[in-house]
Amino acid sequence: MAGAERLLLSGNEAMALAARDSGFALGAGYPGTPSTEILERFADLGGKAQWSPNEKVAFEVVLGSAYCGARSLVTMKHVGLNVAADVLFTAAYTGVSGALVVVSADDPGMWSSQNEQDNRRYAVAAGVPMLEPADSQEAYDFLFAAAEVSERWRLPVILRLTTRVCHSKTVVRPRQRIEPQPPRYERDYRSRVMIPLHARPAHRRLRAKLAEIDAWNETSPLNRRIVGEKLLGIITSGISFMHAREAAPQASILKIGMSHPLPMKMIRDFAASVDRCVVIEEGDPVLADAIRAAGIAVEAKSEMYRFGELNVSRVRRILAGDNSPEPQPAKGKPPELCKGCPHRTVFETLKKLDCLVSGDIGCYTLAALPPLEAMDSMICMGAAVGVGLGMRHVLPADQAKRVVSVIGDSTFVHSGITGLVEMIYNPPATGHVLIILDNGITAMTGLQEHPGTGRTLDHKATGRVVYEDLARSLGVKQVYVLDPIKDPQRLEDVLRQCLAGDELSVIVARRPCLLAAKKIEQWSAANAAAKAVQP
Amino acid sequence: MTAAVTNVVLAGLGGQGVIKASDILAQAAFDAGFDVKKSEIHGMSQRGGFVASDVRFGEQVLSPMIPAGEADILVLMAADQLEAARPCLKAGGELILGAEIDIKGMPPRCLNVAVLGALSSALEIPRKSWHAAIQALLPPKSHEENLRAFEAGRRV
Repeated sequence: MAGAERLLLSGNEAMALAARDSGFALGAGYPGTPSTEILERFADLGGKAQWSPNEKVAFEVVLGSAYCGARSLVTMKHVGLNVAADVLFTAAYTGVSGALVVVSADDPGMWSSQNEQDNRRYAVAAGVPMLEPADSQEAYDFLFAAAEVSERWRLPVILRLTTRVCHSKTVVRPRQRIEPQPPRYERDYRSRVMIPLHARPAHRRLRAKLAEIDAWNETSPLNRRIVGEKLLGIITSGISFMHAREAAPQASILKIGMSHPLPMKMIRDFAASVDRCVVIEEGDPVLADAIRAAGIAVEAKSEMYRFGELNVSRVRRILAGDNSPEPQPAKGKPPELCKGCPHRTVFETLKKLDCLVSGDIGCYTLAALPPLEAMDSMICMGAAVGVGLGMRHVLPADQAKRVVSVIGDSTFVHSGITGLVEMIYNPPATGHVLIILDNGITAMTGLQEHPGTGRTLDHKATGRVVYEDLARSLGVKQVYVLDPIKDPQRLEDVLRQCLAGDELSVIVARRPCLLAAKKIEQWSAANAAAKAVQP
Repeated sequence: MTAAVTNVVLAGLGGQGVIKASDILAQAAFDAGFDVKKSEIHGMSQRGGFVASDVRFGEQVLSPMIPAGEADILVLMAADQLEAARPCLKAGGELILGAEIDIKGMPPRCLNVAVLGALSSALEIPRKSWHAAIQALLPPKSHEENLRAFEAGRRV
């Protein structure tokens, strides 16, 4: 139960505190706005938290710990779940012993993402329960609830946050801490070795569990009914609940806390109890479609409100049936690469040499904007390599020889390494040039460590992936390491030479991020000092 | 109950301390016993772009975002971003410009706290809550300088 202590926390901070207070033994993930701070804060609170190379690996690690009875948390942004989806779908079949909570932080409005996919679809597709908190208190409480549901039905549970829940600060009253259960491994290969012989009954078990959860959710405390006027009823979930209450303070509201499986009987009763029933949801019409498919008459927002975030003004418009064009506010100054950023030099050189740049995700994607406008494509983590290779394969030689793949260090480790393997395996006739922008940190998400920095999430020394060694070991003959700020002429000369030849080449443009350089020095010094005192 | 909520938008450019200032405001209102919600977009703010943070406090706050045209006060640190920031302000709302605050020879890094001083004159948050928030959220060695900046702004 909630105590007297009162805190002002972001949703991410509240999640971290809940992970500590509800006895989570391990958290893993890959940084991604708006999810990043959860694991960082969990580590600050004394939790065991680690960055993995990517979300799929992170999910596999926590699946292993959850098989051993330990409460386990994996965090990622919405697109990270695409990477981890392969694990999710079959983990739903195998089930877990200790709680496995998957945090998917969606980004409606694409404040810092390449798409605004609605991950409520994943809960339906994979067949796992999904909880959707609306503020920091619920983020806190729902992690406890997600762990309980996960352990009771031995299933992974998705906790879906959105940008405004992750990054808004609201008041939280924490509960009494629960001590973690000691881990215990029980061999159960029929449940966990997913050969068809075992997977067929596993699928049936999954559907049976979902039917039980469905029945439980009809009366679960996760869904809230606010009694208001009979005239207007609103069915909503997540942050939209807050906008809806403010936009229509007199309305009756059914707030869905567990949005998969949906408490359809509760929804039917609610819809029948009001004169007009409107579904208020951000993103895709997931609730509205499901409710209508169940034969319940509800109003849904019009298509124009599928795009972008909701807010109080937009909810007022939806309730008023106002589909007129919305006012477009003036835009403020856009962000840009820092003055003196090492990425700038690289893109200035690429532009000077008239390259076709297959780009990737990170700060350097800003090079696509004026004044540089030096990037031709950016899709998803790691795509720079494969997309550049595809262009090289089909373009006439004179154009193919202008194609360069450019990827950041953290993104390369995340999913560029397999692209490099593809480059060795299926080399284009004109060869290829891969530039790894190594600024020694995951800069875009706020300076997180990764396997190429040689330091763990909490900045302690560990094993390090060395890109030039990796490239050479895979058989790349032309490997160059250079500092684009110290020696921009060498960068240009090397790039010219690589573009002129028909070889495969990897250029590591190494120079620490301006924002991180001082911190990197401090972390390295602390690690060197720690090593010195060891016996 | 919504009528009792005070809405403040702090805006400027990445690097000006807008988010830190909004953290201090939210913490001060929280310390004074209000329900508080604060919302902004992270991520790109360190790259020098436009940044705005919404702080709402009162008896009960619902949405964390201030609806357009409903801010009681807009605190703007970068005068050239007025066009982007202005639509948040309600008719007759108050505009506080960072550029108009004399920080009395103190380092420019204190401007974000000085504007909070100016803002504090318009809000019903006790001075001790402001001081507590500054001390809770800024590094100890900068407390003296920032408390002076706050008081300098407060006299504006």
